Amino acid sequence: MLVAVVARDLRLAARRRIDALLPLAFFTIGVSLFPFGIGPETQTLRQVAPGVIWVNALLAAMLSVSQLFAGDHADGSLDQMLASGHSPVALAVAKALAHWLLTGAPLVLATPVFALLFDVDGASTLMLVITLLMGTPVMSLLGALGAALTLGLRSAGVLLIIIILPLCVPVIIFGVGAVQAAEAGLGADGHLSLLGALLIATAVGAPVATAAALRIATE
Amino acid sequence: MSEFPQTAVRPLVLSVHRLACRRGERLLFEGLDFALGEGDVVWLRGRNGRGKTSLLRVLAALSPPSEGEVRFAGESLSAARAVAGAGTLFLAHANALKDDLSAAEALAFLARLHGQDDDAESIEQALRRLGVHGRRNAAVRTLSQGQRRRVALARLALAPAKGLWLLDEPYDALDVEGCAIVDGLLHEHAQQGGAVLLTSHLPLSEGAPRWRELVLPEPVSRRNAAAPRGLS
Repeated sequence: MLVAVVARDLRLAARRRIDALLPLAFFTIGVSLFPFGIGPETQTLRQVAPGVIWVNALLAAMLSVSQLFAGDHADGSLDQMLASGHSPVALAVAKALAHWLLTGAPLVLATPVFALLFDVDGASTLMLVITLLMGTPVMSLLGALGAALTLGLRSAGVLLIIIILPLCVPVIIFGVGAVQAAEAGLGADGHLSLLGALLIATAVGAPVATAAALRIATE
Repeated sequence: MSEFPQTAVRPLVLSVHRLACRRGERLLFEGLDFALGEGDVVWLRGRNGRGKTSLLRVLAALSPPSEGEVRFAGESLSAARAVAGAGTLFLAHANALKDDLSAAEALAFLARLHGQDDDAESIEQALRRLGVHGRRNAAVRTLSQGQRRRVALARLALAPAKGLWLLDEPYDALDVEGCAIVDGLLHEHAQQGGAVLLTSHLPLSEGAPRWRELVLPEPVSRRNAAAPRGLS
């Protein structure tokens, strides 16, 4: 079930490459615009880089998440997946995993390039990649929860942002905190532990809640 | 309409006891009692909005009944577990085919999801049976409504498709030839001891296997003790 759904979602994305690349394009444009707005001051750019990259990663991830279940809901696929007898929790995990592979993973891979743009040093870039690697799955899992909660509602997109963005704030705080600590030459262990705890808590809790929300939405 | 003989002596596939279904505040039906034995084909009837689809969704474990009990194979199995045992095949009004996949890919995904044979040969044979074999590599987006319905119905031709079939408007968008293919599948299924509960807004054709009718009762006031029984 899990593999089948992930493979199908990746295949569907491959058939619609422009749509699939939209989050990455948004991330690229958003991050690239900041140096123009802030000015060429290297010191300032280096200082704001972690925040800029993190916030844009979050917004890029939110861009595509509202459609996570909408298409499957509209064409009856969601009903079939829920009626297949497989655990709806597995379905929630599969959809979040597919979303992360399509948005989170490319963002993480693109981050070193943008770190270069902001003149971030090697150690901080590494920390940025590590924290994004831990933080983007949280965004996908929470995003899936929001998408399931707002499934079938009229202003689903707006509601989703209102519900999910506040929940993502801790991820940004600890993610940026870890990078800034690395920049300052301090240990980032504390921030990383908290980020890891957030990831574990979301990974355990969010799919169960998503599954329950999907059940209610299709009832 | 023909009265099916001796339902009681054949093994039960499904029995429903005093089932009620609500949509929000609205009561769709209540006090519904019926049973399906092996080889039974039942045409579920009722006016638009009476709850035919809702009943099928309850039986497919997609929504819980507001009252009453559903038993599979005589045991008080939950609908979810009956489905998990590949004992139920639910074909909704929506085809559940992804526009961007090819007909064969879309069918293979559904087959895999439901634990049916999803190898290329089985898929090809099922599509051939439904007469859409020539379009197997075409994107679902480019298929006509009737062709899409046929691809969705091809799941019925994939093994294993035993047990209970819940079909919501299976003849929808099909031409005469397509309806005859579905009738043939229903015949085979009934002969193999399967049971079918289907809705259709058009009368079933002569080619369909012998069927019974189940008319969804009009909801009566909740205080009315003599709720009408469902089976005609």
